[in-house]
Amino acid sequence: MQAQSASGTTPVLSLRGISKSFPGVRALNGVQLDLYPGQVTALIGENGAGKSTIVKILTGIYQPDEGTITVGGQDLRFPTAQAASDAGVTAIHQETVLFDELTVAENIFIGHAPRGRFGLIDTRRMEAEAARLLASIGADLSPKARLRDLGIASRHLVAIARALSVDARVVIMDEPTAALSHKEIHELYELVETLKAQGKAILFISHKFDEIFRIADRWTVFRDGQFIEDGTMAEVNEARLVQLMVGRSVDQIYPKRPSQIGKPVLTVAGYSHPTEFEDIGFTLHEGEILGFYGLVGAGRSEVMQALFGITKPSRGACRIAGQVQVIRTTAEAVEAGIVYVPEDRGRQGAVKGMPIFQNVTLPSLHRTSRAGFLRLSEEFALARDYTQRLDLRAASLDQDVGLLSGGNQQKVVIAKWLATRPRVIILDEPTKGIDIGSKAAVHDFMSELAAQGLAVIMVSSEIPEVLGMSDRVIVMREGRIAAEFAGDDMTPENLVRAAVGIEEAA
Amino acid sequence: MWKSREAILALAVLALLAVIASRFPAFILPGNLARVFTDTSPLIILALGQMVVILTKCIDLSVAANLALCGMIAAMLNGMGVPLPLILLIVLALGAALGAVNGLLVWKVNIPSIVVTLGTMTIYRGVIFLLTDGKWINAHQMTDGFKAFPRTSILGLPVMGWIAILTVIAVAVLVNRTPLGRAFYAVGGNPHAAVYTGISVGRTQFVAFVLSGALAGLAGYLWVARYAVAYVDIAGGFELDVVAACVIGGIAIAGGAGSVTGCLLGALFLGIVKNALPVIGISPFWQMAISGTAILIAIAFNARGQGPKGRIILKQAEHRA
Repeated sequence: MQAQSASGTTPVLSLRGISKSFPGVRALNGVQLDLYPGQVTALIGENGAGKSTIVKILTGIYQPDEGTITVGGQDLRFPTAQAASDAGVTAIHQETVLFDELTVAENIFIGHAPRGRFGLIDTRRMEAEAARLLASIGADLSPKARLRDLGIASRHLVAIARALSVDARVVIMDEPTAALSHKEIHELYELVETLKAQGKAILFISHKFDEIFRIADRWTVFRDGQFIEDGTMAEVNEARLVQLMVGRSVDQIYPKRPSQIGKPVLTVAGYSHPTEFEDIGFTLHEGEILGFYGLVGAGRSEVMQALFGITKPSRGACRIAGQVQVIRTTAEAVEAGIVYVPEDRGRQGAVKGMPIFQNVTLPSLHRTSRAGFLRLSEEFALARDYTQRLDLRAASLDQDVGLLSGGNQQKVVIAKWLATRPRVIILDEPTKGIDIGSKAAVHDFMSELAAQGLAVIMVSSEIPEVLGMSDRVIVMREGRIAAEFAGDDMTPENLVRAAVGIEEAA
Repeated sequence: MWKSREAILALAVLALLAVIASRFPAFILPGNLARVFTDTSPLIILALGQMVVILTKCIDLSVAANLALCGMIAAMLNGMGVPLPLILLIVLALGAALGAVNGLLVWKVNIPSIVVTLGTMTIYRGVIFLLTDGKWINAHQMTDGFKAFPRTSILGLPVMGWIAILTVIAVAVLVNRTPLGRAFYAVGGNPHAAVYTGISVGRTQFVAFVLSGALAGLAGYLWVARYAVAYVDIAGGFELDVVAACVIGGIAIAGGAGSVTGCLLGALFLGIVKNALPVIGISPFWQMAISGTAILIAIAFNARGQGPKGRIILKQAEHRA
């Protein structure tokens, strides 16, 4: 390969045997990673493979539980972000961390500004240095410009200049092209070439295979927090990488019962939103579990939020039980029989500090009150009914929801929505971050709901869950429906191909 | 059902009374306690309105100015010969309208409530000045019926005290037993979840401001009639006492937590301090220092109660929590 000329064969940074656990989750399990000077290494893996965790370890935000970090032949620890930066490791984050009210130069040098007399910041020297750095990456920006006046692409350039200002040896780019236009992506590629020519080692994290094949020299695949394999791009093809990424059989037991699929309940046609999704159409039937798979940021949650009246679609129609419905508010969605269990339970689900029974009855208060006054006995009865069905473990229904475990909080949120007696229930990542036991209970319950004739939409990024629970699967990519699979076509390979945008393997 | 925080506060109020009684036994005679309660009534009424606003993660600094404006209008209407029942209706409606101005600015224009009410509190005082050119309306310019109503004694307690009691009951029923009351807690406790539940956060906050305004309007008449004087600066700075009563009463400034009992006890605590210290001959500066200390202690208590409890990992600990 062309890049070999400017690059060495000994890695500038090596990770060996890195493990990291969080309560209930083993995020990384003895992984390894090598980064070579003057080369781009692509880190590939599904959602939850451990990519973000490794970035946080490399930048000193997390401490590994075990394992070694070797930089330039020396064993190092990165107890702080500053230590990582001092060792020459720097990251350009998914959501770039910059300060809107500061100037370009101040952003580039924040934390290590050149000092003048009396220890005050030497503004003139800082701006001159910033101008030099910006010129070296071909960025046409004034060091004096305020960051809030810049577009996303320019902000990226500032972030890159900031990375270079600390004299980095290793540059981590975590999905750098996610928010960029086609032209800007092209400029980023050129910048990566510049960095390579300067001998920097680059770790490139991306979901987009065309990008990876365009600029990477080497690859490393992680799956479920484990290192799978690595190699050079010259010796691999897309099909092989997909296989390594997925590489497991659906061997968990899912309690999916065959259910009687009935009449259409919800028909969505041409749903579009100016910035989030385009031309979404599907039909959902009674007793059906419809899976929505895709990479994080593919627009699945956004579509569901529009169906639930949180955002408004710019075009498109939605029929519920044959009748055209216009849903403008969540109250109208609940009335029409659509409910949504959000992904972020902490922020969007339970009201902490409120007792369990009050959380459950919150959207059903018109049913538990008479003449405008709440009847606590009916509230308790309703809450008891639905929490028992979900096998909620709590000392009493008077208990504060905030004191429950994640899985039990999830059950409270689901009970809250079932109590409204919906026709369609949308579950967004229903088992994310909850323990195995609660997971099984949620799966079991989903299956029971479908058996009772409820129509279920399940948004999930876990392939085994999607395949194990769904009757059909819709795959979304970049705000559009990429493919739909049913029956024998529902394979891990097909789902991942559609999600990352590879055509049928040649 | 008394939660521990309210029980502690009730004990603090009793301890305060005991200390005062040891130096000035006449203070705790029933007649005097009724007088102290009546004197604290405007604070109780305003604090209940403020509590509802604070529950929804907002604050209403305009209550004292609202009170002064409505009080002045009540006195002016009285001078024009408007009958008392109509005056009462008008001050309630006017107070609600002034609260609605705050609520609309918070809901529709999305301005933080502290900024909105800081602005309107100055504007409402300014309006009084425009209406009166800074002149006072004194006792001899008010009819006897207008002045007598709050002081009329029923079963040994003046009407003003009874109005405070009725307000306590009404607000307690509202926040504990109606869907709207539940919405106040939900909006303050987790605004994001409230949206996902079909509750409009802005509308709920708007209603809270209207309620707080209406109560301020009512208190405006009571204040002017009882003290038999109306001018631009009546109840100047009183909004801070109102917020202080809420904070001492355990209403969380971050919203979503607090009870009517706590709010009432907070107001009584401040009312007793204010009434007792002059009696036992302590300077008003001490009075301010004691109020301030009580606020800090209350906040420290709340902060300790709401701090991170740590994860509950042990199964058996779930029941103890």
